[in-house]
Parts: sequence; C-alpha cells; structure tokens
Amino acid sequence: MSTLAPRRTRRRPRAALWALLVPFVVMFALFFIAPIIYALVQSMFATKSSGLGLGRPETVFVFFDNYARALSDPAFVESLGRLLLFSAIEVPLMVITALGLALLLDSGRAWGGRFFRVLYFAPYGVPGVVATLLWGFLYIPATSPVLQMLEGVGIHINPLSGDNVLFAIANIALWGFAGYNMIILMSALDAIPSELYEAARIDGASAWSIIWNIKLPLVRPSVILVTVFTLIGTLQLFVEPLVLRPLTTAISSTFTPNLAAYNQAFAQGNPNLAAAMAVIVALLGFAFSFGFLSLVNRKGNRAW
Amino acid sequence: MVTAARHTRRLAPSSIAVNAVVILAAVYFLLPLVWVLIAATKSPGELFSTFGLWFSDTPQAWENLTRLFTQDGGAFSRWIFNSIVYSGVGAAVAMVLSSACGYAIAKYDFRGREALFSVILGGVLVPATVIALPLYFLLNTVGLTGSYWAVLLPSMVSPFGVYLARIHANSSVPDEVIEAARLDGAGDLRIFGTIATRMMMPALVTIFLFQFVTIWNNYLLPLVMLNDTRSFPVTLGLTLWNSQTQRDPMFYQLVVTGSAVSAILLVALMVSLQRFWRADLTAGATKG
Repeated sequence: MSTLAPRRTRRRPRAALWALLVPFVVMFALFFIAPIIYALVQSMFATKSSGLGLGRPETVFVFFDNYARALSDPAFVESLGRLLLFSAIEVPLMVITALGLALLLDSGRAWGGRFFRVLYFAPYGVPGVVATLLWGFLYIPATSPVLQMLEGVGIHINPLSGDNVLFAIANIALWGFAGYNMIILMSALDAIPSELYEAARIDGASAWSIIWNIKLPLVRPSVILVTVFTLIGTLQLFVEPLVLRPLTTAISSTFTPNLAAYNQAFAQGNPNLAAAMAVIVALLGFAFSFGFLSLVNRKGNRAW
Repeated sequence: MVTAARHTRRLAPSSIAVNAVVILAAVYFLLPLVWVLIAATKSPGELFSTFGLWFSDTPQAWENLTRLFTQDGGAFSRWIFNSIVYSGVGAAVAMVLSSACGYAIAKYDFRGREALFSVILGGVLVPATVIALPLYFLLNTVGLTGSYWAVLLPSMVSPFGVYLARIHANSSVPDEVIEAARLDGAGDLRIFGTIATRMMMPALVTIFLFQFVTIWNNYLLPLVMLNDTRSFPVTLGLTLWNSQTQRDPMFYQLVVTGSAVSAILLVALMVSLQRFWRADLTAGATKG
C-alpha cells in the first residue's frame, strides 16, 4: 500500500505509473465521463425555431426547462412510477430466489449439486434480447406449451395483459440472472469455515438455525452486492419491453423512462429532452444505490 | 453403517423437499431452452400448430439451419462473426486497460488515488442505458457513429474490471515481490507485464469473461450506433428479422432457429468456462 519507490529511483516508477494509469483513465474519461457531462449540458439547452419557423432554429440555454417538461409529462412520470414498481417486484424476487437456490444447493441434501449449479447458471449466457424472444413465444397461447397445458385444465392466463406484463418482464430478468447471482452467493457460502458448522452441530443447532445464525449473517455483504447490482439492472429496463411491444398493447412507446428517452431522441427528434430524461434515471440510480448502501451500513458493520 | 445412515438421510422428508425444489427450478431454467431447440426443428406452420414441447412428425432441423445461414446472403454468420469481434476484441482490451489501472491504484501511492478510485467505482453504478444515448450524439459530432469503432471503443472500458483488479492485486501480488524484482533491475512495466499479471491471472480471466458476456448481451449501444446491417451483432440482427415477421411468417422460423443457435453458442461457452469464472472474486471484493 505504501509507496514502493525508494527516493533515488522515484522518477522511473512515476513514468510507469502514468503508463499503467493513463490508457484506462483516458478511455474512461472519453466514453464514461464525457457522455455524462454532455448529457448534463445538453439537458439545459433547447432548439427553438424563431418566429414563424422561417429562420434557422437556434440553440438556447433554458436551464431546468427540460427537466420541468419531462417531470410534467404524465406519460414520463407514469413510466418512472412503473420503473419503481418494477424494481419493487424484481429486486426482492431476484434476491430471494438467488439466495434460496444457493442455500438449497449448499444444504448438502441436494443430489448433483455441481450439475444443477452449472444448469442454473446457463441462462446467463443467453442475451436479454434472445431471452425475451424466447419467453415472448412462451407468453402467447398459439406457441406456448405452458399456456396450452394450463388451458387444458381450465386456467386462462394472459401474461402480456396490462396487469401481468410487469411480472412477465420480471420473470425474463429473473430467468437470466438468478443463476449468476446464485453463483456469487454460493461462493460466499463456500468461504464459510466448516468448523463453524461443526461447532453449531455440537451445540445442537438445527439446519434452520444454522442458516439463520451463521450462513445469512456471513453472506450479508454478498447479498448487498447482489441487491445493488440488481437494482441498477432494473433501472436499465429497455430491451424486454422493446422486444415484447409488438406482442401486446399493454406496452406503450413510453413504457419505461429509457424507452421514453430513446423515443424522444430518435422518433421525436428532441435529444435535449432525452438527455434530461437520461439524467433523471441516472440520479434515481445514484439515490437508490447510495440510499440502500447507507441504510445497510448504518446497521453496524460496513459492507462497502 | 455409513450406507444405512445415508439411506435414512435420503428418505428424510426435508431431503425430498429440497430435491423436489431443485428439480423444479431446473425445469424452469431449462424450459425456454428446450422449447427453442424443439421449435428449431419445425416448419413455420408447425410452430403454431403443434405442441411446443414435442417434435413434429416431419422434423426439418437441417433445412432450417441451411435457411438460417443462407438468408440475406449469409447475414447470420456475419452477425455471429461481428459479435465475436466486438466481444473478443472489446473484452481483451478492457482486460488489459482495467488490470493495469487497478494494479497501479493498488500498488502505487499517488495524490488523488482514492478520489480516482471513487469516481471509477461510481461508474459501476451508472446504468449503461444512461451512457448510450448521449454517447451517440457525442460520437455523431466526430463522425464515428455507424462504424465498428462506435461499438468497439466504448466496450473497452470496464470500471468493474478496475475494481476487481485492484482488490486482486492487493491480495495476490506481495509488495516484496515487486521490491525484489526492482532490485534485480526489472523495470516497473516489465514487472507488471510478466510477474504481476501472472499472479493476477484468475482476476484477468474473470474480467475478460465478464466483459465478453456484457458486450455480447449489450443491445442498446449497437442499436443506437449502427445503421448498416452488415456491421450488426447477432442480437440486433435477430430483432431485425423479428420485425419482419408481420410481412412474412417465414421469419418466425429464422428468429427461432437463430435464437437457438446463438443461445447454444454462449451457453456452451459459459458452461465450459464456468470453472474459470471466479465469482468468489466478486464476492470477496465486498470485503475489500
């Protein structure tokens, strides 16, 4: 951690430090920082056509007008609410499923644990677009064996109806990422020293009490990591509704904030408003992540 | 004695419940994959008229595959090739850049070190969708949109990789080794390139694989950047075909077979490389 370079040779390590650091920092500045600054700047300008629209349109500084416009647009506000609802469904569903699967495979009672571990992980390799195309076929009665079987026993479900469509999308994300998150949690479980279990068993602890008093507290940092990553993942909601849109009327062109921003930028030709929308989503992400992290860090041991 | 004990454990109701749930979950994760593999053997008509989880009487897997690879002048193989280039080159460069940066942050003391690391870590928390739109307008002003570079260059940046590399350099590259190599007259870059990277190999592989999958699965970035179908990755190509199903139902079969092939490709890659995928690094990182 401390500086390694003895004074005499200080110059050489400094040059090396720059050589190691600069390539990433330059790329990071160009493709991460610059777009964010650009979005911030763009979000405070607007293109106005002068008078009767005869003169050349000019770019004027409008300060927070685009934000006010976005937040007073009922469709955009609705999409923000929908995104929050989606996060509220998806995050607990994901964390509980991944944790449940990890604890099951770690319980020592499951046969073929290694096999199932790889099997659950496999959907992580299927791109979100392809996963959505596949589930899309499983969501329409004409091609879905599941819906056909349910139909056979008298249960009629339309996963793509207005009431169900958020759950249908949550299911696609769960399918793709539960196994990946499970692997992160399983390696945290693997790292628990077995002496702890032996001691607990000698004390007569039940399987449940081992889970509750040993496993869960010790994998807590990994659970927090999975929660934050899932939260950020849900805010990106874009591909699934975009691909499912032709299949249902329940998904509008402003279904999620990202779709709305994409729509503003490319269909409506208003990149300034789109930039404001993108910034709002980013702020939401920061507020959520830091809010959640400070919440869990306040209760005793720091996780991050 | 041992077998007897095992037997009673196997028959315990809790064991049965555990295994029932494990198998149920397996059915859930396999369902779409099994469906698409079976659907890929059907004709467009049979796709809608036969039961999804069983083969039709006249399977035509070969015909579907031939059509998949010949449609639009072999567009599908071109898209697969593009995906491999974007993901392979992007992930390789990302691995080099972020491991060098993470190593430097771990092993050198310099002003603003923690501030720099915090900013990079903040990058992990920015949704990729937030970057893509402004990046399009930015690259548009320098005329880079529409080219391979518009997708490749942003894919070479992995803040998460820097994070992993720093944590791993801290824990697996001892200061004494660097010091000894310096006394032997090795330059700092050579120490990084030959000694440190070898010690950090598990982290490097993880960074590569993580970035490879991230680029392969990225949809929004190529969607906004590319307009020539010949430079599309496979995800974009499949949705292009999917948008044509209204015009010609034959495209349903192309989308299904294409999805099957691209899903199989990456699932096979994931499963075969799973043991190199050191998720414990990700988990251990939280303790840093």
